[in-house]
Amino acid sequence: MNKTKKIAGFLGIPYIIWGAVFIIIPLLMVVWYGLTDASGSFTLSNVAAIAEPAHRKALLLSVILSFAATVVCLLMAYPLSLFLTETQKDSNSLLTMMLIVPMWMNFLLRTYAWQSLLEKTGVINTFLTSLGLQPLRMINTPGAIVLGMVYNFLPFMILPIYNALQKIDRNVINAAHDLGAGSVQTFLRVIFPLSLPGVISGITMVFIPALTTFVVSSLLGGGKILLIGNVIEQEFMVAYDWNLGSGLSLVLLVFIIISVVISVITDREEEAAR
Amino acid sequence: MMKRNNAAGFRMANALLLTIVLPAALLSGCGNSGKREAREDDNSNVLYVYNWGEYIDPDVIGEFEEETGYKVVYDVFETNEVMYPKIAADPSQYDVICPSDYMIERMAQSDLLSELDFDAMPNASANIGKDYWEMSRAFDPENKYSVPYTWGTVGILYNTTMVDGEIDSWDVLWDPAYNDNILMQDSVRDLFMVAEKKLGYSLNTTDKKELEEARDLLIQEKPLVQAYVVDEVRDKMISGEAAIGVIYSGEAEYTREENEDLAYCVPKEGTNVWIDSWVITKQSRHKKAAAAWIDYMCRGDVALKNFEYIYYSTPNTAAMELMDEETLSNEVLFPDVSKLQGLEAYKYLGTDADRLYYNLWKEIKSS
Repeated sequence: MNKTKKIAGFLGIPYIIWGAVFIIIPLLMVVWYGLTDASGSFTLSNVAAIAEPAHRKALLLSVILSFAATVVCLLMAYPLSLFLTETQKDSNSLLTMMLIVPMWMNFLLRTYAWQSLLEKTGVINTFLTSLGLQPLRMINTPGAIVLGMVYNFLPFMILPIYNALQKIDRNVINAAHDLGAGSVQTFLRVIFPLSLPGVISGITMVFIPALTTFVVSSLLGGGKILLIGNVIEQEFMVAYDWNLGSGLSLVLLVFIIISVVISVITDREEEAAR
Repeated sequence: MMKRNNAAGFRMANALLLTIVLPAALLSGCGNSGKREAREDDNSNVLYVYNWGEYIDPDVIGEFEEETGYKVVYDVFETNEVMYPKIAADPSQYDVICPSDYMIERMAQSDLLSELDFDAMPNASANIGKDYWEMSRAFDPENKYSVPYTWGTVGILYNTTMVDGEIDSWDVLWDPAYNDNILMQDSVRDLFMVAEKKLGYSLNTTDKKELEEARDLLIQEKPLVQAYVVDEVRDKMISGEAAIGVIYSGEAEYTREENEDLAYCVPKEGTNVWIDSWVITKQSRHKKAAAAWIDYMCRGDVALKNFEYIYYSTPNTAAMELMDEETLSNEVLFPDVSKLQGLEAYKYLGTDADRLYYNLWKEIKSS
């Protein structure tokens, strides 16, 4: 028993090395840069800089847009996952394929494709004008960015929810029905609470990447919409201010830590409930 | 053929490139120790050239090797800002580089450039037009570090089917009639330059009040702007996505070949005139070969060949003599500089001013 445990410990070594070199060390570097100034002495000004109007606005806008994208993802993903679990049919694998195959394609390419769909002279508007309708102003708007976020991150909402729903013991649901609960009541009091860990992890997996994205806003926002991800990226790439860029990253790190904590707590509660 | 100092616009390209270049850089880093020894040898006939992407006729490199017997190692960069830290980290990496005006000034200030030996490059002195040496003085006051390679202006490209009459002023970029039809450059200096010139200020101003005025003007313009982009100006103008776009003259000529409705103008308030020039690094171990390279690039027939490939204006008078009337009378490629008002080259403004520009830029972008 003890021996197998020892061997199992060794199995983790490749990843531990990987994690140390590519996750822990870079993270420590971000903390180091974020808390020092150009001369290397300690300062909190890089973190406090989040309060500057331009940064504050960018952060607020990021929160609003990524929240909107998360809500849209949730509203689409939950019914779909429910449908997939309830109807255990062959067509399900087709649906799942439709969901996963696009993820194999490059993220940038997919976003570029949206560009040519949404442009003024793009596919959608050409179609509309050919029908004699007015072209729509779609590209370079906050809506286009939310659309890009939803499109790119939707699978990350569906998969955990679908997983959670599938894990629910059918007997629990049958018991609820036997005891007289209607469909709505069963859903609200049995299915939904049991799927909550999936929902939470879906929300985390959509909200955090959406909050920190700069690619989607660059490509679909026409450079007119500055998200906090863009600010950070440009501090590094354009202004060469690694200290400020890292300081602002630390602020985002707080959001990430909060959502990780929430995930862990809900997971624990679920474990405890079992 | 896309180039210039547009760090922001190259973000995407960079992200893609990084994934390719980074492993390559790591690998080459590993092999460097052996290579470096060989490079210490001043007699080795290798030449390390660092140029913009798609900024030379590739045949010219082979022809240079054949004629001179030097072996060329040719690398490309995407922006001045990417090139600079690489050179600053290891100034002996490359022998001859082709940066832009303000970056040459910055490199000279950082003591990265070596004074040129013009006796070793007779073609440079003989063939590069007087005007261009004069323009170079803005960033290389004694003409001792750089030899002009290409040059051009920044102006307005517009679609004649979507715009009434001719455009001759930056004012059109504030005309509500072109709401959602205007493309601006997505880089700090190229964006500010437009407002500074419209206000009648120098595009090298570091005066906070003038810059804040420029910022306010650009914030006022923002609702009319369809997008802040770099390379995409070209494609979007060709496809008719926008009516008006700020663009480099070299790109303008290309777009006009693709869409004949497009016209280019240099606004009367003045604009940025830019020069990309050859320089030799201070730590170069192959200065003789580097001088031979620059001299070769200045030869009339070679400059013509490059011009016909990259289509950016050449300062080479010997090459111009070999061109036909039609090309020479093309005002986009060869504007009469004496007739244009308010032309200015970018100067390097120093880190404090860079920071000020960048902060104001963020305020525009987040407004």
